[in-house]
Amino acid sequence: MNEIWAGLEAAFWLIITLDADLVEITLRSLHVSLSALVIASCIALPFGAWLAIRRFRYRRTAIAVLNALMGLPPVVVGLIVYLLLSRSGPFGVMGLLFTPSAMIIAQVIIITPLIASITHQAMRELWSEYHDLLISLNTTRRQRIVTLIWDGRRALLTAALAGFGRAIGEVGAIMIVGGNIDHATRVLTTAIALETGKGDFALALGLGFVLIALALAVNFMIHALSRTEREGTW
Amino acid sequence: MSLTLSLENAVVRRRGKAILGPIDISLEELHFTIVLGPNGSGKTTLLRVLHGVERLSGGTLSLSKPGEHARRAQAYVFQSPIMLRRSVRANLAYPLQLLGCPKAEIEAKVATWARRISLGDALERPAPRLSGGEKQKLALARALIRDPEVLFLDEPCANLDGRSTREIETLLLEAHAQGTRVIMTTHDLGQAKRLASDVIFLLNGAVHDAGLAESFFERPNTAQAQAFLRGDIVE
Repeated sequence: MNEIWAGLEAAFWLIITLDADLVEITLRSLHVSLSALVIASCIALPFGAWLAIRRFRYRRTAIAVLNALMGLPPVVVGLIVYLLLSRSGPFGVMGLLFTPSAMIIAQVIIITPLIASITHQAMRELWSEYHDLLISLNTTRRQRIVTLIWDGRRALLTAALAGFGRAIGEVGAIMIVGGNIDHATRVLTTAIALETGKGDFALALGLGFVLIALALAVNFMIHALSRTEREGTW
Repeated sequence: MSLTLSLENAVVRRRGKAILGPIDISLEELHFTIVLGPNGSGKTTLLRVLHGVERLSGGTLSLSKPGEHARRAQAYVFQSPIMLRRSVRANLAYPLQLLGCPKAEIEAKVATWARRISLGDALERPAPRLSGGEKQKLALARALIRDPEVLFLDEPCANLDGRSTREIETLLLEAHAQGTRVIMTTHDLGQAKRLASDVIFLLNGAVHDAGLAESFFERPNTAQAQAFLRGDIVE
């Protein structure tokens, strides 16, 4: 119990004094996770909507695979990205290993199936509601996807936030591909892992509380910007 | 020349069972056609097939214009109005946006149609929150805003009160007078008599009688049509 109080105290002082290291790794955490979220959303939202409206031979299999990919072990993703980006790997020449870019790539791979799967579920319901109307209006496939994404944007916000939640709290993959290098690739989660390893539980807990506060702040901000509560009952 | 549609030997099967056809009909002249028939007679399926939202299992649907033009020249109003999760304004604007109309034209048409359906003061209201009658009027306005050559309506006044029914009938008669061919299903014989210029009577997926409204209502050709007009249960 003492350690939790000490952690709260540490978090309080880190925030009050705007600790330079804390600010740096917090900003890096945000940069990596939000970049991964934007890239993953650009891929997953249209893909999930496309999967909801398109009928093809192996559609059920594709959906089953997508749902299974939601449970991708981050450590395995990290290992595969590590091998691909390492000097001897096919993309080694790009020199991305142990950079924030490598961390973003790993997070994109982890959260894209999650966002796509939630998007598919939400879009499938909306498509069953809109199907006859959009077919009747002779819409193109692109117009249907755009309409579904726009009208289902609040459900998609939930999908994106779930993706962000997974990305900001992820540690296994980014530890492998980022290396947890101070002032280069250290983020909140890898710093927590490091401090726990060193036995500095108070600082680790303090960073943990900062991480939770950050996730809550981003969620509240996105909800406020998208006016979910005011228009959510449409 | 306006769009004409014809079905030749058309059949629709579901799970091996024929639910419509074989049917041969030609919808050429600018009539107000009412499709009559008891529940399960295939009225909705006929409309959906003519509009192209339901595929034929056999036979052909012929259109007097190429596919893309023909689809753009048609509109459909469903029995349960489908509202986009948007405002009344956005619902009215949507079909015009799909056609790539200029913004000024869209705004002008939206304002005109909103006034015509008495929703001029409700443009920013979410469409899914409208009453049943308001939704159906909005669905009709959304269909007519594109000036379709052929308008399909599947029991548009089912479950509506007298006032909403009258408003919808007025809009339909105006659209027909301005050159829109209307093909509509209804259970309401009174409404059929008020609106129809010709009638198609369906029973068990087949056309049992068809012709000008006046002669159908005065001298139906088949015993089933006579029984239906009397109000008997027809199977």
